[in-house]
Amino acid sequence: MSATSARPSHAAQPSGSAFILKKALISALVALVLFSLMIGIRTEAGPQGGLIYWTRFGDLAALVGAVFGGSIVVELLRQWWGPVDKDRVVPKPVQSAMSFAGRWLAPALLVFTFLVPVIFYNQRYILDLSILVLTYVMLGWGLNVVVGLAGLLDLGYVAFYAVGAYSYALLATNFGLSFWVCLPLAGILAAFWGVLLGFPVLRLRGDYLAIVTLAFGEIIRLVIINWQSLTGGPNGVSGIPRPTMFGIPLTAGDDGLAAKLGIEFSPTHRLVFLFYLILAMALITNWVTIRLRRLPIGRAWEALREDEVACRALGINTTTTKLTAFATGAMFGGLAGAFFATRQGFISPESFTFQESALVLAIVVLGGMGSQLGVALAALTMIGGFELFRGLDQYRMLVFGMAMVLLMIWRPRGLIGHRAPTVFLERNQAISSDLVKEGHG
Amino acid sequence: MSGDPILTVDRLMMRFGGIVAVNELSFAAERRKITALIGPNGAGKTTVFNCITGFYRPSGGAIRLAHDDGRTIQLERLNDFRISKQAKVARTFQNIRLFPGMTALENLMVAQHNALMRASGLTLLGLLGLPSWREAEQRAIDLARTWLTRVGLLDRADDAAGNLPYGDQRRLEIARAMCTEPVLLCLDEPAAGLNARESGGLNELLLSIRNEQGTSILLIEHDMSVVMEISDHVVVMDYGVKIAEGTPQTVRDDPKVIAAYLGADEEEAIAVMESGT
Repeated sequence: MSATSARPSHAAQPSGSAFILKKALISALVALVLFSLMIGIRTEAGPQGGLIYWTRFGDLAALVGAVFGGSIVVELLRQWWGPVDKDRVVPKPVQSAMSFAGRWLAPALLVFTFLVPVIFYNQRYILDLSILVLTYVMLGWGLNVVVGLAGLLDLGYVAFYAVGAYSYALLATNFGLSFWVCLPLAGILAAFWGVLLGFPVLRLRGDYLAIVTLAFGEIIRLVIINWQSLTGGPNGVSGIPRPTMFGIPLTAGDDGLAAKLGIEFSPTHRLVFLFYLILAMALITNWVTIRLRRLPIGRAWEALREDEVACRALGINTTTTKLTAFATGAMFGGLAGAFFATRQGFISPESFTFQESALVLAIVVLGGMGSQLGVALAALTMIGGFELFRGLDQYRMLVFGMAMVLLMIWRPRGLIGHRAPTVFLERNQAISSDLVKEGHG
Repeated sequence: MSGDPILTVDRLMMRFGGIVAVNELSFAAERRKITALIGPNGAGKTTVFNCITGFYRPSGGAIRLAHDDGRTIQLERLNDFRISKQAKVARTFQNIRLFPGMTALENLMVAQHNALMRASGLTLLGLLGLPSWREAEQRAIDLARTWLTRVGLLDRADDAAGNLPYGDQRRLEIARAMCTEPVLLCLDEPAAGLNARESGGLNELLLSIRNEQGTSILLIEHDMSVVMEISDHVVVMDYGVKIAEGTPQTVRDDPKVIAAYLGADEEEAIAVMESGT
């Protein structure tokens, strides 16, 4: 009795050739129905304006045959591979190598980033790209406070980026204020708008919160487009002053930095300066976020993500906690926006579409919500990878989408899914992603 | 009812549409005593708890909390987080509500949020890492360590709360509630799902909280071994009204209580009791 019950059952996984053939036939049938009109019959407007058509049954047969054969190959591959589980997807040695790399990755990456302008001094393209990547790293870290820590899904993050950019652009062009005065102002203004957005959405959770934040992002963009007298509408703001090194402009003139230092002027100087500027801003964002996580406010954010009802029972004011999360995230977004404006010298509403929000959110989700290193890696992959596939022209999005789907199958909770505790007594051990909640909005 | 009540519930009403969940309920919980609220399923016990702890706003009646320093707080006028922050009433939940992705220690640190927020100068002093903040944080860790020791979870301090066994989670939730330093601790079925040994340990823990901290305890419980052993006073509810109260002994022998639990008429219950003895 016990012997029969202990025998593993093969019935659960059908594997016979009849099963494979049946599956392939069904796939072929579906393909036939789908393609018979799309491929089999071709219609076009004739010379007299009438509709003419002709058939392409040869192509149709070839496609259906390909689906039939492909289905058999896929099924055989699946049986050869066996049931998919985590250990099989990532072999053990690779896992241990990755955990070793994980410890040294962050410092190595930081050192490398510092050396980028030295190594690639003559490659303007790479410098430009690294500045772009670092901008997104900073945006990702900013949004990470809202989405990753507090668990509030924000689809309109680009609004704060726009507020920061326009704050600097308008203050600098209208009042002649310098970048270093405008930078904190842009941050404060963006934080203010973050609080303003926060108030109406406090009661909303999950999908409802996402929709309202999405609408907020669009409202800001539409206001910028239509308030022509202030923002210049679709024409944008041009002639935004470039940043100065504490008052010394990075120009070829006599009072420029190059002349003062007695070295030959090169336009690369400004790029290098911009690179270190955004690097410093991103690192400050990172430092502040790491610091905040270990303070009561940061722990309250994470507790809010885990269980809002329990937070209320412990006397945590969930209203102010949510608002501070929105404000902090918005402030970093605004600072990044001010940097964007000074780097470009020209901004228009086209730079602040929903696509930017989606991209930054994808960086946060892909990186592993709440993980600082994960977000940095994801920004590098997303922005850098996007450039890498530039040669593929129109297939770029396709390849990129496939890569993202694969990554999400392999690591459903992002590149770095586990959570590091903020305080410990004896052992500082990471918490498995299975236990950490994503938040309900 | 004589003595010194910490919590007085006066003609509490709670309606949900046409349903009256709690109907003119009045009772009092004594200071530094354990008061149990019992009754069959659906009697309205958890609704009373939600009214006391600010999750529901009562439809009528008053809930008064008398602090040691003589202040009286009208709990029905406070709501939400203020019950815990200002009135110092802590609660646990019937279905455990820990922060599963945070460690046991972090759970207890979150409970000290309000004290730590003050110490960190609303985050600004903490961001700069001033010594006064560091000391406050160390004190908070020490308090958490004390409570982890009390509930026997010190060796699991750095494990995720969601990874702890069920009984440990129950005790951690009580420890977390105690870290808010409450005057009144409300426990919603703390012994649910515990085995006999674990509920024995729970009894000791609750008695030590009453005796050493001087915290008054109000608990809902189905496990009669817990109720009869540690309660100083028992209030019995059925269909939203109080049907009996008194010491565990008197409540146990009350025919109305037995009738409510057996779902039978009072006369039948008396008949059962008499035939049994």
